[in-house]
Amino acid sequence: MNYIIKKENNYLIVSVIGDVDISLTDSLREDVDRALAEYKDVNRLVFDLAEVDFVDSAGLGVILGRYKRVTAKGGKVYLAGAKPQVKKVLDLSGLPHLMEIYSSVDLLLDKIG
Amino acid sequence: MNKAVLEFSSRRENVAFSRIAVAALAAQLDFTLSDLEEIKVAVSEAVTNAIIHGYENHPDCMVRLEIKIVEEFMEIEIIDTGKGIKDITRALEPAYSTDPERMGLGFAFMQSFMENLNVSSSPGKGTRVKMSRRAGTPGRKAVSEQ
Repeated sequence: MNYIIKKENNYLIVSVIGDVDISLTDSLREDVDRALAEYKDVNRLVFDLAEVDFVDSAGLGVILGRYKRVTAKGGKVYLAGAKPQVKKVLDLSGLPHLMEIYSSVDLLLDKIG
Repeated sequence: MNKAVLEFSSRRENVAFSRIAVAALAAQLDFTLSDLEEIKVAVSEAVTNAIIHGYENHPDCMVRLEIKIVEEFMEIEIIDTGKGIKDITRALEPAYSTDPERMGLGFAFMQSFMENLNVSSSPGKGTRVKMSRRAGTPGRKAVSEQ
C-alpha cells in the first residue's frame, strides 16, 4: 500500500509514500472518501507528504477534490512535510493559497493542536 | 545525436515508466537533480493526458515516446493516436479541465518546466506534444497563479 490513513482525535491523517500519479489517485481518492464518510467527527484532514518523492497534477487533483469536500462541511485541510521537489509543484499549483502548509505533521499538531 | 524511441501500452502504471526512462536519458546531460524532477513532471503530465484524454483510459492503446539529445539540448515528443483535442487554445489555459477532480494544470506544468512546448492535434486522429529544454537552463516560469 502506498498510503496509510489513520484517525487522531478529530484529524484524519493521510500519509502518502512514493510517487503520486494516476496509478495511485483512484484508490487514494476512494479510501480517503471512505474514511471521511466513516469518521463523522473528523473535520480536519492532513496530507502528510514527508515520504512523497513525486507528485503531478493528477495527485494534486486528489488533494483539491478532498479540500472541496471537507471545506464544504466547514472543515480544514492541511499539507505537511513536503520535500523541496514536491513543494515546488505545490507552489506552482496555487494550493498553498487554499490550505496551510507545515514542515511536518508533528509541527502542525503542536501548533494547532 | 542520441535518440530513443519507446512505445508502451496506455496503462496508468506506465506513466512512471515513461518519466523514469526520460530522466535516465536526460541524466546524460548536465541537468541538475532539480531539473530532472521538473522534466519528470512535464513528461508525466503529457503521458497522463495521452492516456486519460487521448485514449479515454482504454489500456490497450499505444503511447509513443521519442527522446532526442543533440549536444546539450533535449527534445521529447509524446504521441497518441486517440481522440485528439478540439480546442488546443482552450486546453492550454491554466485550470481548464473537463473533470472536477483534476486541476487542469497539465499543460501549465509542461510550459513551466520546459523551455519550449508545442501541441498539435487533430480530432479523431490524435495528439503530438513536443517539448524541449537545454541543460543548464531553468525551465520557463510563466504560468499564471491559480
